[in-house]
Amino acid sequence: MNKKIALAGNPNVGKSTVFNALTGLKQHTGNWAGKTVENAMGKLTYQNQDYQIYDLPGTYSLISHSLEEEIAKNFICFEQPDVIVVVCDAVCLERNLNLVLQILEISKKVIICVNLLDEAKKKNIYVDLKKLSQILNVEVVGTSARSKQGLDELVKKIAFFKNKSTYEIKYPPLIEESISKLIPFIECENLNPRWVALKIIENDEKTINLIEKYLNKNLITPNIESKVNDIKNNLLENDILTNEINDIVVTNIVNEANKIANKVVTFKDQNYNSKDHKIDKILTSKWLGIPIMLMLLMVIFWLTIKGANKPSEILFNFLFYISDKLEIFLNFIHLPYIFIDVIINGVYKVLAWVVSVMLPPMAIFFPLFTILEDLGYLPRIAFNLDKYFHKCLSCGKQALTMCMGFGCNAVGVTGARIIDSKRERLLAIITNSLVPCNGRFPTLIAIISMFLVVGSSSLLSSLILTLVILFSILMTLLVTKILSHTILKGQPSSFTLELPPYRRPQIIKVIIRSIFERSIFVLGRAVMIAMPAGLIIWLLANIGTPSILSICTNFLDPFAHIFGMDGVILMAFILGFPANEIVIPLMIMGYMSLGSITDITDLTVLKNLFLANNWTIITALCVMTFSLIHWPCSTTCLTIKKETKSLKWTMVSILIPTIIGFICCFLINMIGHIFM
Amino acid sequence: MNTLTLDKLKIGSNGIIKKINNLGSIRRRLFDIGLIEGTKVKSVLTSPGKDPIAYFIRGCLIAIRNEDAKKIEVEECE
Repeated sequence: MNKKIALAGNPNVGKSTVFNALTGLKQHTGNWAGKTVENAMGKLTYQNQDYQIYDLPGTYSLISHSLEEEIAKNFICFEQPDVIVVVCDAVCLERNLNLVLQILEISKKVIICVNLLDEAKKKNIYVDLKKLSQILNVEVVGTSARSKQGLDELVKKIAFFKNKSTYEIKYPPLIEESISKLIPFIECENLNPRWVALKIIENDEKTINLIEKYLNKNLITPNIESKVNDIKNNLLENDILTNEINDIVVTNIVNEANKIANKVVTFKDQNYNSKDHKIDKILTSKWLGIPIMLMLLMVIFWLTIKGANKPSEILFNFLFYISDKLEIFLNFIHLPYIFIDVIINGVYKVLAWVVSVMLPPMAIFFPLFTILEDLGYLPRIAFNLDKYFHKCLSCGKQALTMCMGFGCNAVGVTGARIIDSKRERLLAIITNSLVPCNGRFPTLIAIISMFLVVGSSSLLSSLILTLVILFSILMTLLVTKILSHTILKGQPSSFTLELPPYRRPQIIKVIIRSIFERSIFVLGRAVMIAMPAGLIIWLLANIGTPSILSICTNFLDPFAHIFGMDGVILMAFILGFPANEIVIPLMIMGYMSLGSITDITDLTVLKNLFLANNWTIITALCVMTFSLIHWPCSTTCLTIKKETKSLKWTMVSILIPTIIGFICCFLINMIGHIFM
Repeated sequence: MNTLTLDKLKIGSNGIIKKINNLGSIRRRLFDIGLIEGTKVKSVLTSPGKDPIAYFIRGCLIAIRNEDAKKIEVEECE
């Protein structure tokens, strides 16, 4: 029999790190609240016993009915886990105890894991684990999950768990009286009758409905209903309204958590977070906050561009050297010419282009971005930009999902779950593809360095790229505002945003993991998508006279010219639907098969290929704009469908950027031709 | 003692929450993070646009928009 273990806890307390350490999985962690948005499950075997470990979404409490909370609550209440490990942050234990107390109301099968002890120690905060264990009558384990300390003990405590807590939180006498009046009438099998009684008295309809669904029977029998009415009248006589009961209960829990924390936590340095505050003062200052943000972005781009140059060149030379050898070999085994042509010019070259031009920038940008995320900077961006999103009737958390979009739009779309309001979540989802993902950066970089920068100044390229990103952020705001006044009308909802303490990223680990995982992922995608796409382009270019490709591109040509592009470019974007990183290689293949240039020996020759096909600076600007703003890639579309569960909103998410992209290109083309 | 709304609390000064007039989901969100009557808060950071403001609440730094902070009454203290 598998044992079910749940990992619960506040957001950003290292639950995922504990989870990864226990299960050996590689759930991505990040320093911001809301990283884990759905239950992840992993397995652990210890002394011949199998355990299923569930990583629940982080929640501050179980009372506020947000999406992630419902998921966590449902699991704790109705999945009957054998043990619930509540992971707590030693640095702010008090608030974490809030959740511990709420979970203890539902289930007594709890182990407390006080994590981040190393971080607390650095800040001179000490937690008396023994005392905590005594007060709550619960097993307590101290861990520093990042350095794997204490995890063995945690596993042991899980394996030999038997000590169910007997702790009950005490409410004011009137509430206690009401609870005990109701308990004898409640039949609720595996659930704690005290908790169910409290929910009935609180009139928490949502939870009651869930309990009824789980028990598959009506909880509020006429008998109970009359009791409840008596209780309510009794409370009313004592000046307690039904809607105030919840306040009383919550206040009681928060105060209790405060009392316990005062007993077990010692702060040896009251100004333990002054360093963080000093950094924050600069990173969010009135004059420097936003410029620093853009500077950081620029530095990342500069490192990406500068760093990608050399590996790109080496990979390029190597792969095209192999291409020649491969051709000789295929000739040697007397493969018919047509097959050699398919393999070399169709499949292999697209693959080689993707690997040499697209892969290096992606493999550098991604870890840099991850380091920024681990550091805890992303919530500061949300904090800095909230006002602007607020003005567009949305919320700052959209800035967070927007930042995730820089890594991958599909991740940004999933990340939108951290937004409570459904309207604002849709805004974040629809606008997410307006910021370029990791797969589109190399396209932008390539075009910038070919057409907008004389010589090869990485600094200038990164400056231009930063301006491009600024443009896409402004577009995000503009589109959000337009949507808020048209199809997604509504008022901005209230929100609270946690700014977590800065954490030192595990730089080496991030770099190694990102490079390997990211590179393997991109390579895998290249094989899965770029090769078939190369094959299709080759077939289109070689079947029929005139070839299907030239028929298609000729057909698209007049249309594409209105928007400053040409048939080949548009065709490349269409065929690039499965993956944005193949768009440029497809353009190259398209031009080459149409017979402009037959051999490319050098990256700089690429520009000549484009110039020979009548590219101008306007074409370059239009291609960049369209790369920035067009339909989301297929993976993102599928994710949008999954997240919104609506074909309508998926279509809207495809159509809006597409239409805006065409409009922008049209304007650039028109204005460009007036001046040139 | 000086009673004012949370958004007016000067950066760097402390306050004790007197009354929370927010309703609905934000009220529960505030409870979530341990903000109840009697909680000690410190105003710590303003964002570049002066809205939201981040407060130090029970060991954590939490940003709250001014339109929500306006509904929270607070008494300035040392």
